[in-house]
Amino acid sequence: MRVGVVTFPGSLDDGDAARAVRLAGAEPVRLWHADTDLHGVDAVVLPGGFSYGDYLRAGAIARFAPVMTSVVEAARGGTPVLGICNGFQVLCESHLLPGALVRNDHQKFLCRDQRLRVESTTTAWTSGFEPGAEVVVPLKNGEGGFVADEATLDMLEGEGRVVFRYLGGNPNGSRRDIAGISDATGRVVGLMPHPEHAVERGYGPTTDGLTIFTSVVAGALAGVLA
Amino acid sequence: MSVDSTTGSTPAVGTSRVDTVTAAAATPEVEQPWADLGLRAEEYDRIRDILGRRPTSAELAMYSVMWSEHCSYKSSKVHLRRFGDATPAALANGSTTMLAGIGENAGVVDIGDGWAVTFKAESHNHPSYVEPYQGAATGVGGIIRDIIAMGARPVAVMDSLRFGAVDHPDTGRVVHGVVAGVGGYGNCIGLPNIGGEVYFDPSYQGNPLVNALCVGALRHEDLHLANATGLGNVIVLFGARTGGDGIGGVSVLASETFDVNADGTAGPSKRPAVQVGDPFREKLLIECCLELFHAGVVEGIQDLGGAGLSCATSELASAGDGGMRVALEKVPLRDPSLRPEEILMSESQERMMAVVRPDRLEEFLAITDRWEVESAVLGEVTDTGRLEITWHGETVVDVPPRTVAHEGPVYERPYARPDWLDARQADRAEDLPRAQDGAGLRGQLLQMLASPNLCSRAWVTDQYDRYVLGNTAMATPDDAGIVRIDERTGRGVALALDGNGRFAALDPYLGAQLALSEAYRNVGVSGAVPIAVTDCLNAGSPEEPGAMWQFAEVVRGLADATVELGTPVTGGNVSFYNSTGDTAIHPTPVVGVLGVLDDVDRRIPSGWSAAGQALYLLGTTRDELSGSAWAEVVHDHLGGLPPRVDLDAERLLAAVMLAASRDGLVDAAHDVSDGGLAQALVEGCLRHGVGARVWLEGLCQRDGVDLTAALFAESVARAVVAVPRSEEIRFTDVATARGLTHVRIGVTDDAGGPGGRPELEITDVGTFDLADLRTAHEATLPRIFG
Repeated sequence: MRVGVVTFPGSLDDGDAARAVRLAGAEPVRLWHADTDLHGVDAVVLPGGFSYGDYLRAGAIARFAPVMTSVVEAARGGTPVLGICNGFQVLCESHLLPGALVRNDHQKFLCRDQRLRVESTTTAWTSGFEPGAEVVVPLKNGEGGFVADEATLDMLEGEGRVVFRYLGGNPNGSRRDIAGISDATGRVVGLMPHPEHAVERGYGPTTDGLTIFTSVVAGALAGVLA
Repeated sequence: MSVDSTTGSTPAVGTSRVDTVTAAAATPEVEQPWADLGLRAEEYDRIRDILGRRPTSAELAMYSVMWSEHCSYKSSKVHLRRFGDATPAALANGSTTMLAGIGENAGVVDIGDGWAVTFKAESHNHPSYVEPYQGAATGVGGIIRDIIAMGARPVAVMDSLRFGAVDHPDTGRVVHGVVAGVGGYGNCIGLPNIGGEVYFDPSYQGNPLVNALCVGALRHEDLHLANATGLGNVIVLFGARTGGDGIGGVSVLASETFDVNADGTAGPSKRPAVQVGDPFREKLLIECCLELFHAGVVEGIQDLGGAGLSCATSELASAGDGGMRVALEKVPLRDPSLRPEEILMSESQERMMAVVRPDRLEEFLAITDRWEVESAVLGEVTDTGRLEITWHGETVVDVPPRTVAHEGPVYERPYARPDWLDARQADRAEDLPRAQDGAGLRGQLLQMLASPNLCSRAWVTDQYDRYVLGNTAMATPDDAGIVRIDERTGRGVALALDGNGRFAALDPYLGAQLALSEAYRNVGVSGAVPIAVTDCLNAGSPEEPGAMWQFAEVVRGLADATVELGTPVTGGNVSFYNSTGDTAIHPTPVVGVLGVLDDVDRRIPSGWSAAGQALYLLGTTRDELSGSAWAEVVHDHLGGLPPRVDLDAERLLAAVMLAASRDGLVDAAHDVSDGGLAQALVEGCLRHGVGARVWLEGLCQRDGVDLTAALFAESVARAVVAVPRSEEIRFTDVATARGLTHVRIGVTDDAGGPGGRPELEITDVGTFDLADLRTAHEATLPRIFG
């Protein structure tokens, strides 16, 4: 299986995402922001960082990168897409996911090991978790507060599209402690915490994050066998 | 996106007002603002002697910034020679192979398997007081560019921060700005911040210290030293455009004492001399430079930092074998109204200068274009031996480059041991009243734990990304930061950055040695082999004989200690003029030690992770309380002599810890330093919430000390280790065989208290619920700074 990892100018965790893909048993394919060709990948990761410096609004410029036209098209065609942190912000700016990410309510960048509950195991990126599983992965952001109007929040809750929820204290003022959500198909997922920093023993608080990447690999494999 | 060299990016400016070499020769009588630029009368006269005429405005600008204290080291040079002189002995006494040393952008050392590491610490003190966010941010950005210029990929940063008293009304402004600046730049550029230090002391009130360290990794064959060689090679400026920020940063800002304003504050009028940083541009610059090196299209790259283009052009030309000609109007500008002398002095950030063979220029420009980095061909390498700079065809600079970059003034500043020092050293903390019972000791332990200099640093370090790049094996609050360099083998490096201004205030020679001792120990107890040193030597005014004596003693102490420990100084910097009016900071040498691990899997973390392990205190405890945190927190006292330095003992401790790491004999090790054994025990417990039962009677009897000294003394060369029961005999055998003093002081225990709540129990002192300790430890900085 081949998983694309996009590099925007200012992407920082692209190498880590590629490593996570490799450790999950897939082949990482580096995708360049200015290139519309997705090189036939089976899934795409939009990694963390500060694309274009995040000077306008996090993810607001990256959304217009040539590669995003292809990513949005692929996502609409059913290709699994994962947005981590800045990648989540890009997915919201691209309207593949509803809502937006705003500055942390305490106004500071925060880096900490964050406990999460996996609220949905029916997405392409979480099928490997036990329902209700609790995991610990690093969180690090300055603009991680998830916001949406009440109707959208109710819709996300009602349709089971809240994928991750913060436990042990809301780190950034996200509405309803939401840490990650999916689109209606469960193939596009965005989350603020960083599973790619929890895939290797000794280099992160846990290896809980690896299941995100093995989930999509297993899903692809099942698709081939089916 | 290179600038068209025929038209330039700059609208033509009338050249009539520009001071040319011809005009300078014809008008020797013109009054020049040398004093406003920070030059002294005799320095100005020397420039006239060198040139045989008065300098042009542009030449005067170049000399003024390059001959500033910050760039020329004119007051420190005669002392800093000690580091170079000590290097052969330090190398002979250790296992280090140096690939580049003092004088390059950063020192480079071999770490095995064909890998090399380059690292350096640098100060950005004055800008961080005047404009805390940008001052600190550009401090980080500047040291990263030094590392890139060596051909290395930066892999981590650290920062050593010192602020005024926590309860002073101005401290919050500086703390918030500096921490956000360090985080804002480092987080956005994608480098993990793996450690450092934060201290508060009234001595830093008007002169906070912001020292940033960057470490980078490279293969031996990728090492690049910047010089302008090869007749006809072209000089390319690339990166951000040049603006009016940071003009005179190194001279009028960094190389002068702050004046005291009527309202007691200092400095804001110098705000335009502070640079403005753009970490996003620098991230692109990193990737761009690495690709340029990788493609082999550059002969060398020089970073632009302090003194901007003046520094880059004169240093590149000096290091080369010929001369250099530069057309200054081709510099891409943010502000087209800038004049030549301003362009030469600007310290705009995120700029680099490359020397490129003409036949590789096209490839060079293709790479800078790919990274959307603007570039402009400014000129070429010549064989004239001169640095010539023109402005729209007229020569505005024509100088021998070495006279600008390397042959500036050198001063033998008068120095004298301050006469107040005897009285201060006689006022010993060992004579202060001590707690008479367990309740008193218990109270002091809690008071110290919550004090600003011993409490948790999480409020600061949680604003830094420690995970990016995925190679961080340890970071604050562990003793050393550790990053993996080679993903295949696990080879990596450990780094610690330490200083203690209070010790140095009592005795600067010993204070410098103690800073090195502590950093060496932090690296050693983490299971790494310490191999090299970088330093930031922060001091008062060199024109004040007492402060100059402190500086000379710091250098002498540090140089001597590097020989004893076999760890050469590979680079660093000096920051003078950290004084406001007549008030100077404590002399504060901040020392970074680099260590190597063959496999970072063998690292030893600082907190106990399991119950039932034996706790040993390694090393000897003495009745040493002067300069300690105990003296500061309990008695608000600074006097006496700092702890005795014992570098042989430090080497022995590190050697035993290396053996223990290789054989997997210990699960955790925490150095004993600020706050003494009590602080080390609490931190060991709080790291993973595992408690301990501790008895100190054997220690007190063996070392002839009371409980106050056992708990709070800051004697050197000590560590607490947690040893699994299965390894206890093997570990004590190793320690005994090597002659390392050790005593069993307790066991780890995770469920001792009522309801199974973990506790720290210290016999004859008291029992502490870990939850209470955690609250005391963690609440302080959030309560003060929000």
